Amino acid sequence: MKFLTTNFVTCAVKGCLSSLEAFPLKYEDCQLVQEETEYKPEFISHMLERLEWNAIVQVAKDLGNDSLPATKPEGLDPIMEDSQAVLKDLHTLLMETQIVEGKMSCRNCGHVYHIKNSIPNFLLPPHLC
Amino acid sequence: MSRPEQIAPPEVFYNDSESHKYTSSTRVQHIQAKMTLRALELLNLDTQDPHFILDLGCGSGLSGEILTEEGYNWVGMDISPSMLATGLDREVEGDLFLSDLGNGVPFRAGTFDAAISISAIQWLCNADTANVDPKKRTLTFFNTLYASLKRGGKFVAQFYPMNDSQTETILSCAKVAGFGGGLIIDDPESKRHKKYYLVLTAGMAERNI
Ligand SMILES: [Zn+2]
Repeated sequence: MKFLTTNFVTCAVKGCLSSLEAFPLKYEDCQLVQEETEYKPEFISHMLERLEWNAIVQVAKDLGNDSLPATKPEGLDPIMEDSQAVLKDLHTLLMETQIVEGKMSCRNCGHVYHIKNSIPNFLLPPHLC
Repeated sequence: MSRPEQIAPPEVFYNDSESHKYTSSTRVQHIQAKMTLRALELLNLDTQDPHFILDLGCGSGLSGEILTEEGYNWVGMDISPSMLATGLDREVEGDLFLSDLGNGVPFRAGTFDAAISISAIQWLCNADTANVDPKKRTLTFFNTLYASLKRGGKFVAQFYPMNDSQTETILSCAKVAGFGGGLIIDDPESKRHKKYYLVLTAGMAERNI
């Protein structure tokens, strides 16, 4: 699972749908790999608008990276040269950083979702649906 | 031939050998590719802009590979571990989630620009055990999908309804969830080639086209 996806996935337990605590999930015991993918600066700047930056910083911290800026980079334009370095860094973080094994848990209900072979398991026992 | 939905639940039906057989059949590949391209045509996305797409019931990623070829980034969800494992073997670009569509789409509001589903949502209408309520599952699916799409985001689903009442249930749940739109039937006169596409929009787009 790409780092990008951590900024969108929430707890699937019914009672957590409207909880502000159910996002972002908390990441523990994660094994990461860097995997090269095609650099598409337009996609990064498209997604940047809808990123919750606080959640990006929080999840990066969970994964052992304390070096992100506290505020979201703004006004990036793929055709401007000085934007390119920032977009490239974001691409490396969001698209090329993959969680291959690990646990993510909900801060509201405590449910733990396991990631195995890069695939998060969101199947729920019947009493949580 | 029996329909797979009548034999067993999807995660049981698509076991390792079925997943492999399904994915490596050139006939299946051809049909799935054709239906994915048709779904994209019905989505009618602005090709100038990048898009983040959700593929519901993504299976082994046959539809996802088309999305990648067309330049889209995507996330796929499927209930069959074997299908997803086959997708991993094929090194698909999208992120894969093991999950049951009937339990909803676990993404925060406005995550996706659009969503597609190829040959999957008819499974929602199945009650494999006595305490399963297909209507409730279908409604949960559409409610959470609606939320996960940006306003004005579209959802196109090719599906195989077993009868008219399944189609009605699906359409009415989509409407209750807030979707506008309806059904498009390709080749309605042909028993073999007839295809059902649900074409829905989540609320009004920010700008009219
Ligand atoms: Zn929860």
